[in-house]
Amino acid sequence: MTDHLLHWANDPRTARLIRLLGLPQPVHLARAAGGYVEQPLAGRQVLAGGSPGGFALPAILPQLAQAGTTFLADPDGSSPDILVFDATGITTATDYRHLYDFFHPVVPRLATCGRVVVVAGLPEAQGSPVAAAAARGLEGFTRSLAKEIGKRGANANLLYLQHGAQHLLDEPLRFFCGPRCTFVDGQSLRITDQVPAPGAAPAQAHVQVLRGKVALVTGAARGIGAATAHRLAEEGAQVICLDVPADRDGLYETAARVGGLPFTADITDPATPHQLAGFLRQKVGTVDVVVHNAGITRDKTLGRMAPHHWDQVLAVNFGAIMALDAMLLAEPVATGSALLRAGGRILCLSSMGGIAGNRGQTNYAATKAALIGYVAAQAAPLARRGITINAVAPGFIETRMTAAMPLVPRELGRRLCSLGQGGQPRDVAELITFLASPGAIGVTGNTIRVCGQSLLGA
Amino acid sequence: MNQQTVRRVAIVSANRIPFARSNTAYARQSNQTMLTATLRGLVEKANLQGDRLGEVVGGAVMKHARDWNLIRECVLASGLSPATPAYDVTQACGTGLEATILVANKIALGQIEVGIACGVDTTSDAPVAVHRRLQRALMDLNGARTPVARASALLRALHPGNLLPELPANREPRTGLSMGQHAERTAQVWGITREDQDALAAASHQNLAAAYASGFFDDLVMPFGRLTRDNTLRPDTTAGRLASLRPVFDRRQGTITAGNASPLTDGASAVLLASEAWAQARGMPVMAWFTHSETAAVDFREEARDGLLMAPVYAVPRMLQRAGLGLQDFDFYEIHEAFAAVVLCTLAAWQSPRFCRDRLALADALGTIDRTRLNVCGSSIAAGHPFAATGGRVVATLAKLLQQRGRGRGLISICAAGGQGVTAILER
Repeated sequence: MTDHLLHWANDPRTARLIRLLGLPQPVHLARAAGGYVEQPLAGRQVLAGGSPGGFALPAILPQLAQAGTTFLADPDGSSPDILVFDATGITTATDYRHLYDFFHPVVPRLATCGRVVVVAGLPEAQGSPVAAAAARGLEGFTRSLAKEIGKRGANANLLYLQHGAQHLLDEPLRFFCGPRCTFVDGQSLRITDQVPAPGAAPAQAHVQVLRGKVALVTGAARGIGAATAHRLAEEGAQVICLDVPADRDGLYETAARVGGLPFTADITDPATPHQLAGFLRQKVGTVDVVVHNAGITRDKTLGRMAPHHWDQVLAVNFGAIMALDAMLLAEPVATGSALLRAGGRILCLSSMGGIAGNRGQTNYAATKAALIGYVAAQAAPLARRGITINAVAPGFIETRMTAAMPLVPRELGRRLCSLGQGGQPRDVAELITFLASPGAIGVTGNTIRVCGQSLLGA
Repeated sequence: MNQQTVRRVAIVSANRIPFARSNTAYARQSNQTMLTATLRGLVEKANLQGDRLGEVVGGAVMKHARDWNLIRECVLASGLSPATPAYDVTQACGTGLEATILVANKIALGQIEVGIACGVDTTSDAPVAVHRRLQRALMDLNGARTPVARASALLRALHPGNLLPELPANREPRTGLSMGQHAERTAQVWGITREDQDALAAASHQNLAAAYASGFFDDLVMPFGRLTRDNTLRPDTTAGRLASLRPVFDRRQGTITAGNASPLTDGASAVLLASEAWAQARGMPVMAWFTHSETAAVDFREEARDGLLMAPVYAVPRMLQRAGLGLQDFDFYEIHEAFAAVVLCTLAAWQSPRFCRDRLALADALGTIDRTRLNVCGSSIAAGHPFAATGGRVVATLAKLLQQRGRGRGLISICAAGGQGVTAILER
């Protein structure tokens, strides 16, 4: 479904009229085509700063330089693309003044589709309640700043960084400072070293980051699943594409496009995990990345909801994921090793509805919120096995599902976010790909929204 | 050739979609959608996703010009590795079985380990061509070098008389007769009665219905387009009911009716063939072995003495001689029911000492067969006959019969347009 407003607001012939009518004027968001490159931030002008006593900046500067940025020595009169602030030294109310002094002069000059990244310490790791409060307060700052700069297509995100995990910032910085976090806005995530690095790790590649890896994507026939399969394949992964028999055409199309293997199955069928395990062992041996994308909606207010619609949604969106993970993580006596290898990545597709709730979606929102709890609870046990698990919660994404919405809810869904437009399936795929990459080893147990900082549930 | 010996060829798996009477359930399908679905079904059943096979061979008799690389296009959408080569073949109604022979021979020679033979046809999406004169004018227009030549070609192209489309016809180009007219003639030559034909047609329906009821086709036929079984099947038909139908090709003294002929049908089928080693490595049981084959053709002009659809009569004795077998050494006979009359003419010819001596150069008649072993799961009258897909249906059915029986031997005989016949032997 074409977003006409986005088109008109950017067409010189109609832009004035849109402005006169007082309609929102979303900008074309920056996106990157193709796979990861060695220097994703090449040519970007960055202004980096920090509060005294911070521990992150010494790691951030060389990481950004390696990603290709140019550092602005003199901020006056320049128009930076990226603003990075190390706030790990902020422990009191008065320390916040450093934040103001850094951002106040440059924010008005931040480039269109610019990026703001604030790095904070983990609140619970602070020495005092006051310091914990100071760290946590940065979330409010970042989110508000994101709302101020969203009209320009720019976004702001917060990285909570464990002391000692600075070396794990590299890939997250590349993502959050680069063009691929297009629709991830106003988010905070935690970077820790709780997942041990794979033994004797070779120098980490920045391109083709999933070469030699096997990814399983459920619901791969279309929309976000198809975009994810495509994106993972672009990074070199071999993709097993799974979908229901009814979507066989789309499934085979996706598989052919990404050079992957189609697997037709109903994930709620009790026989599926066993069949899939046999298929995986025969075709690919083990799996490195699992994306639980398959999901359905059966919307009705609770009083009018049929019991089988309740059951279906619970079975597909929640029960089946538990069954598949149980299969993938089981360590059979025969082989001794699980199908999902050490270094593995599990991604669950949650939803904005799971965070905010949605009228008529008691069943759907329950499952999507359950996944948030699931990744939080699974993070620690899986960390011991070298596996990360995260949830991704899309907001309004331009898919067949949203195209079928009535006009008014669709327009509201699009506009009620900081970026004033819907996201593309590929935007979600970018976040998933980042979380699936080896460089995202520091990120686990998180639920990250890809919603353009939607007002709902924020 | 570096192979010293000829290897055994295994039939490992098979799949087809239910066959549908023309312009019914598959009216909106195309050869490509039906065959792609069939290949996908086979790929899923045999776990071939991403596998590079030696080759996929098949064809369609009724084919659009745009489908010039039909089988390859279907392979690219099938879930097989795109590195799997494919090619189209056509031998009229013998296409499916001939494709099977081609794949089997390469496996036997060690050139490939595994391959798929397939076929598809639709008469609901038949190619309608422009008038020959319009096509010629368009070609001339394309090749015209001067404005005058261009104008002349354009004028011819726009001539109203050239706008009539050219419809595909079920007609032998050399005789101008339809296949049914040919079959009617042959039936009269052999004195085949209407009653015998109707009885055979009724048996076809009853046998196919019984096979479906027993679950025989559960792992051979996949649901497609809201069908779970061939919609050509009339389980409750009887010879008595068939007797009430009017002859089609010879209104006065003819014997062939819509009831004892195979209907125009849409459908697709595919068979997976492999070397013994490949099947073993995959842990896939062998259904049956594809052991012998023979193709023959006859001169079917009126002055010549052979019926259009009688070529298998020649192919089978040649094959039997090579295999060192007699006509009675089979547990199953699969004789394609293009028309009930054709099956009965074929059997009559083999029973005739004179025909066998004069025309087949045999010392004796081939003799009779045990009719209870003929088309025991029904054949083309009940299942329908999507031309190129019939071979795959027959091979799969016979292989499954032999697998169920544990051991035995089956004969396949398929007549084809142009006076051709394709035959084969399956063993287990």
